[in-house]
Amino acid sequence: MRIVVLVKPVPDPASAGERLGPDGRLDRAAVPAVVNGNDEYVLEAALKLIEAAGEGEITLLSMAPTNAPETLRKALAMGATRAVHVTDPALGGSDHVSTAKVLAAALGTLEYDMVFAGIDSSDGVGGVVPAAIAAHLGLPYLSYAAKIEPDMGNRSVRVRRISATGYDVLEAPLPVVIGGTQALGEPRYPSLKGIMAARNKEIVTKSLADLDVDTSGIGGAAATTAVLDSRLPPARAATEVVRGTPAEGAARIVDFLAERRLI
Amino acid sequence: MPTVTDPPPPTYRLTEEQVLLRDAVRTLAEERVVPRAAEIDRTGEFPEDLRKLLAAQDILALPFPEEHGGLGADLLTICLAVEQLSRACATTGLILAVQELASLPLLLAGTDEQNARFAPKLASGEHLIAFALTEAEAGSDVAAIRTTATRDGDDYIINGSKRFISHGSVADLITVFAVTDAGADAETPRRERLSCFIVEVPTPGFAVTRIEHKMGMRGSPTAELAFDGVRVPAANRIGDEGAGFGLAMKTFDRSRPGIAAQAVGIAQGALDVATAYARDRKQFGKRIGDLQMVGAMLADMDAATESARQLLYKACVEIEAGAPDASRWSAMCKLVAGDAAMRVTTDAVQVLGGYGYIDEFPVERMMRDAKLTQLYEGTQQIQRLVVARALLGKDS
Repeated sequence: MRIVVLVKPVPDPASAGERLGPDGRLDRAAVPAVVNGNDEYVLEAALKLIEAAGEGEITLLSMAPTNAPETLRKALAMGATRAVHVTDPALGGSDHVSTAKVLAAALGTLEYDMVFAGIDSSDGVGGVVPAAIAAHLGLPYLSYAAKIEPDMGNRSVRVRRISATGYDVLEAPLPVVIGGTQALGEPRYPSLKGIMAARNKEIVTKSLADLDVDTSGIGGAAATTAVLDSRLPPARAATEVVRGTPAEGAARIVDFLAERRLI
Repeated sequence: MPTVTDPPPPTYRLTEEQVLLRDAVRTLAEERVVPRAAEIDRTGEFPEDLRKLLAAQDILALPFPEEHGGLGADLLTICLAVEQLSRACATTGLILAVQELASLPLLLAGTDEQNARFAPKLASGEHLIAFALTEAEAGSDVAAIRTTATRDGDDYIINGSKRFISHGSVADLITVFAVTDAGADAETPRRERLSCFIVEVPTPGFAVTRIEHKMGMRGSPTAELAFDGVRVPAANRIGDEGAGFGLAMKTFDRSRPGIAAQAVGIAQGALDVATAYARDRKQFGKRIGDLQMVGAMLADMDAATESARQLLYKACVEIEAGAPDASRWSAMCKLVAGDAAMRVTTDAVQVLGGYGYIDEFPVERMMRDAKLTQLYEGTQQIQRLVVARALLGKDS
């Protein structure tokens, strides 16, 4: 069982220090990078699958700035087998379109049965890259997987997607792209043994020149979106918190709205 | 006096791996230990769940050799882990610190066979081990212990009792120091008649007779142990007969930094709480941290914590490098760190004012926890004796 897990280093959401640089791009040096939350969930799912099967390999694939290996080490420490890191100065400022093209091209150099991706990243929050990659590669895309059940003998996989009334079951032949979220379950902490083993795991670096991709439509220069401005929301005016019983609360809210001639 | 031709003294720079290990333990501590700390203190229950977590994360494997399933970590790495755990909860940091302390005689003087027998389950965390040296009438005066181990064929019979033994009631192995009959020579000083044994418990004649109710580190069980005709195979004796005192002293050279690490962690935890409070709390129209008397306290707390930390890291590197004055380093780092922890936690309570005195905030617990770092593993007064002797040269 060979699984490629897409991994993106993102600014640590817990640090709340995200900011844009003067060029309107995310200042990735401002805040330490961590593995994107959804990527950890799908990685955990991949680890559980190969543990249950007693065999298999997980290759991490990341398109990221040059310092990505520090972040990839944690994912390697969780138990992935190796990592492929695509990095190139031209890729800075890439939009979702570029990212999907580059990752699809990188996948073209790898062998795999399944590609796992977080549905979205906490910094880009686009939610489109995994689907776009599947489209480029002509592969089935099974999104919002809450449970993943491969059948290697039949070269197929079933996925459960939570719905309003329960869950749907989707099935597709391998290879596939699967998108997942925290519904897949809490990721493990890397054990200290895992951390020490990660030192010796391979991280292969590739630049755009190593990929079969049309570089004219790629990277910051070809971005189809531009960040015009970003601002903090205005400070809130004084708020009144209404406490008490529901009846008391309702009375106060009615008075409040009436005072403002809203009712 | 060092001369120009001496090699440069060891210094430290945290390796990438040490940073990763430290950060991994810190993350674990913040996410899984912090939420349990207040409850552990309130109930006084040994946190089995956290002991299992430390075992599962290989944290308890740090002190043991790789060939027996350990991580073969150096002293500084072990101390980094103790520090990060203790920042969240001193009781939890102590789980690792005691596992190291009580295993040191085995690791320092045990045979390959003994290590192969005991180390794997200690490394996996399946077994806990306690260090039983202190007695009711023998604390600082180690040589005054009265527990005896009398040879009987291929065994020894141990009689006596031990007091203030951390983890004494939850350990599977007890490292016991006892007086062995090294012949009938009454001229032999007491300190040359001590030997070290590993007792596997439960075993007939062994009993936990008391658990102390302590000021702090309340989740760590501190036990009185009774040995009433406890039979232990001679194959469980660590080192030669009569070598016990020297082994205990060698152990302290490596275990005292662990307590210093616990103290630095406690201090940092208290400093973090006090700093956050000083940022949020407003009086007289400003953050109290901006009032000079409070700012000065925080600054002194930071300086005290950082200097204790730097001395600890340097001491670890010196001791690991085999410094001839290892005892001076280990006593000094424990002395400075213990006093720093007491001072910083007391000041943290002060910064929080009335809120520091109630259990809504953790600093009162941290202050109670800190006090023990000035008392155990050698009182601060004993540490001073060791340092003074190193300075002056021993009286023959």
